[in-house]
Amino acid sequence: MWVYEKKLQYPVRVSKCDPLMAKFLLEQYGGADGELAAALRYLNQRYSIPDKVIGLLTDIGTEEFAHLEMIATMVYKLTKDATPDQMRAAGLGDHYAAHDNALFYQNASGVPWTAAYIQAKGDPIADLYEDIAAEEKARATYQWLIDLTDDVDLQDSLKFLREREIVHSLRFREAVEILKEKRDEKIYY
Amino acid sequence: MNDQVRYYEPYVSPLDPCPPRRVKSYITPPQLFIPFQPPNLPQFHPYEALMHGTLWPALYSPYGPQKVRQEEEGDD
Repeated sequence: MWVYEKKLQYPVRVSKCDPLMAKFLLEQYGGADGELAAALRYLNQRYSIPDKVIGLLTDIGTEEFAHLEMIATMVYKLTKDATPDQMRAAGLGDHYAAHDNALFYQNASGVPWTAAYIQAKGDPIADLYEDIAAEEKARATYQWLIDLTDDVDLQDSLKFLREREIVHSLRFREAVEILKEKRDEKIYY
Repeated sequence: MNDQVRYYEPYVSPLDPCPPRRVKSYITPPQLFIPFQPPNLPQFHPYEALMHGTLWPALYSPYGPQKVRQEEEGDD
C-alpha cells in the first residue's frame, strides 16, 4: 500500500517553449532505461530477493514513481499548449496522430514500453547487477538529456534526477555487499 | 455553438513555458445520447445521406480541422 503526497519530489520548472525537448524526455518516461521500467523492475523483483534487501527495492521502486511523475510534468508542460502544427514541427506529428497531446509510455523514437525491458531472474546477484546497470544507464540518459537542452531550469530538475541515479546505484552495490557477507551465519558449531 | 463539443478550462500555471491554451475541448458524438435508436427518425435525402455517411441527421457528427477555433469560440 502506498501513501500519496500531492506534490513532486523535487520542483519542475520549464522555462523554454521547446516541444521537441518533450520528445527527447520520453526516453526517461517509456524508454528501456526509463523511470517506468525502473519502478516496475524493482517493485517486482523484491518478492524473490532475500529479506534483508526487500525494503531497499520497495523504497527505490517507490522513488522511481516519484521521478516518473516529474518526467511526466516536464513532458506535459512542454506539449499541453502545442497546436497540431507545432507538434508536427517538433517531430511529434506521429505522436499526435495516435495520441493527440496525451502522454504515452514510449521512448524518444516512439517505440511503446514493453515488459521485455525488465527482468526478474530470481537470482539475487543477477537481479541486483541488472539494477545497478539500469541506474548507470539512466544516469547516462540524464546526462545526454542535460546536454540536449539549454533551459537551465529544466537542467536543474534533470541534474537532481541524475544525482538520484548515482545514490541508487551505490545502494544496490551495498545490497550486493550485504548478500556477500556471512555475518549472521554460525561459523562455529 | 456545436452541441457535440464540450469545453473545460485546464489549470494554467503562471510558470508555463508556452503560451497557454486556456480552454480545451473534446467531442461527445451523438451515439452517446441514443441508447437504442428509435424507429422512424427523420431522414436525409438519399443523396445527402450518401455524402454524410448516415441516413439520419440525429446520427450525423460533422468534424473538421478546427479544434483551436472551436476552443476560442468556447472561450466567449
